[in-house]
Amino acid sequence: MAKKIALLQGNEACAYGALYAGCRFFGGYPITPSTEVAEVMAKELPKNGGKFIQMEDEIAAIASVLGASLTGAKALTASSGPGISLKQELIGYACIAEIPCVIVNVMRGGPSTGMPTGPSQSDIMQARWGTHGDHAAIAVAPASCQEIFSETVRAFNLAETYRMPVQVLLDEINGHMRERIELPEPGDLEIIDRQTPPVSPDQYLPYDPSFGDIPPLAAFGSGYRFHVTGLNKAADGFPTTKAKLVDAEERRQLRKVEANRELIEKNEEHMIEDAEIVIVAIGTISRSARNAVNQLREQGMKVGLFRPITLWPFPERRIAELAGQAKAMIIPEMNLGQMILEVERIVKGACDLHGIGRVDGEPITPSQIMEKIKEVC
Amino acid sequence: MSFDYDKYLRPGKLPHIWCPGCGHGIILKGLLRAIDACELNKDNTAIVSGIGCASRLPGYVDFNTLHTAHGRAAAFATGIKMAKPEMNVLVVGGDGDGVAIGGNHFIHACRRNIDMTYVICNNFIYGMTGGQFSPCTPTGDRASTTPYGNPDPVFDISQLAIGAGATFVARSTSFHAAQIDKLIAEGIRHKGMAVIEILDDCPTTYGRRNKFRSVVDMMKRFKEQAVPVAKAEKMSKEELDSKIVTGILHREERPEYCEQYAQVVKTARSL
Repeated sequence: MAKKIALLQGNEACAYGALYAGCRFFGGYPITPSTEVAEVMAKELPKNGGKFIQMEDEIAAIASVLGASLTGAKALTASSGPGISLKQELIGYACIAEIPCVIVNVMRGGPSTGMPTGPSQSDIMQARWGTHGDHAAIAVAPASCQEIFSETVRAFNLAETYRMPVQVLLDEINGHMRERIELPEPGDLEIIDRQTPPVSPDQYLPYDPSFGDIPPLAAFGSGYRFHVTGLNKAADGFPTTKAKLVDAEERRQLRKVEANRELIEKNEEHMIEDAEIVIVAIGTISRSARNAVNQLREQGMKVGLFRPITLWPFPERRIAELAGQAKAMIIPEMNLGQMILEVERIVKGACDLHGIGRVDGEPITPSQIMEKIKEVC
Repeated sequence: MSFDYDKYLRPGKLPHIWCPGCGHGIILKGLLRAIDACELNKDNTAIVSGIGCASRLPGYVDFNTLHTAHGRAAAFATGIKMAKPEMNVLVVGGDGDGVAIGGNHFIHACRRNIDMTYVICNNFIYGMTGGQFSPCTPTGDRASTTPYGNPDPVFDISQLAIGAGATFVARSTSFHAAQIDKLIAEGIRHKGMAVIEILDDCPTTYGRRNKFRSVVDMMKRFKEQAVPVAKAEKMSKEELDSKIVTGILHREERPEYCEQYAQVVKTARSL
């Protein structure tokens, strides 16, 4: 049967991906350039047995999402840099209380109000370290509209699997860009649903490590009465300051992601096999980088693209391998040097690193990347 | 027969963190009597709080309980109620939590008229952090951050709730223990946003800085200042100046938010 084809904006693809994944709650607040995600959800959720609410502010939006998620609903919020800054308080809450949810960040220029209609990738570090305290982080950074759909689905799967917030990083360009999309039929993409606890309510502890590093989360109203807090807590969910218990819980929460890197990481490699020059780029800018690779290959240069689709956890093992193979790595990003710091930390001087930064509201072009490569290599 | 509080308390979670003389325990007992009077099912009831002394209450009671971040209780509760309207949703918290850092969430929950019962324990102070002034600290009073007297005007929580659109608003004090459960029960039975403001005391961080020699002194002033609504209606503004009007201050019928959204669903599906 022929696939259903649609012409969708990235933000719309994100919303339809969320619906495909089974999202049944959206709590939002208007902000450019992410608003279309909310607009699609406002239109589609009531038709699908879901709920849409526009809250009074960004913090309330994620608060409502966490409340809804605790009742068992797959829940989504979407925003952009300044709104994500506000949400950081409760992204931390979602981390410590281990409440699955998906947060879309359509990145724009900053800091502060910055450039609402200009693209940016300056929330790469905010996505990892934006909220205070030690915590694990998962963020995906799709490049095309098709991939925005499928990565939003995967973001929900990751959130439910690892019982934590997962961020989808878009930017003003791929959020607003329109592309042809093959809409997946039900069953084409894997959907992971939340598991109900395999024990009876009287035996259930919401953070019971005997289930492994990811204890199942019961739903409010399902007969499992339990306590949720943002304080450091013991396995039973109640606050504790006992050093051993706090330490064990904190480490378990980091281990959820650290021990499952192989399952969470996802990269794309383009002409990497014999590459002497490796471009590391994400999202929209990876499209410029791919074009640059193709043009330079025609000129006989051994250039390849390494594209983290899962941005966090950062693909440490593969970057380290590529650093052993490459003479140089080029890191183009729409900020003044964030991802390059992570690459630098991993490469440890094994090859040359050259960043290309841009924060003027224009994308990094293929010719800008080619010029840089010709200049330094 | 005396009331069996153990039916609703989580085993092993007492003693509570509250100081001797604190009014929160009186409110806890009133809340449980109200829940019992309304025959709420424990599995189907969520109690949500923010941060502060009063916000520790959910940890002690055997329901679906959620101790959120500072000020955010009403917003979390809104998500629970929207996602699962069949659940009974109650919010408990203090004055600073509810109408300072959580003020925006509070007024918008009132405006939506979403069906929840918000019990706000107004002890005029940030107790947990050691007695800083709140929006409810009387002007001129002492707090750790108003060492020369509080220059700020005071929020009237009940009037704020009425102004913002709550359809049931009541007020009592921790002295009026027998009234608390009745007002909370009325609030639970009311379809829509119910705010029950209960003035109570923090002898530790408010009382001792403001010349109350004992908890009994603090209780006595509630007794002396309280004026039931019916009586207050016959009094002048000047006469009511230093009084606390108690009872049901406001009640109206207005469409409830989840029911309104059910209409949205109907419309969306009919197109």
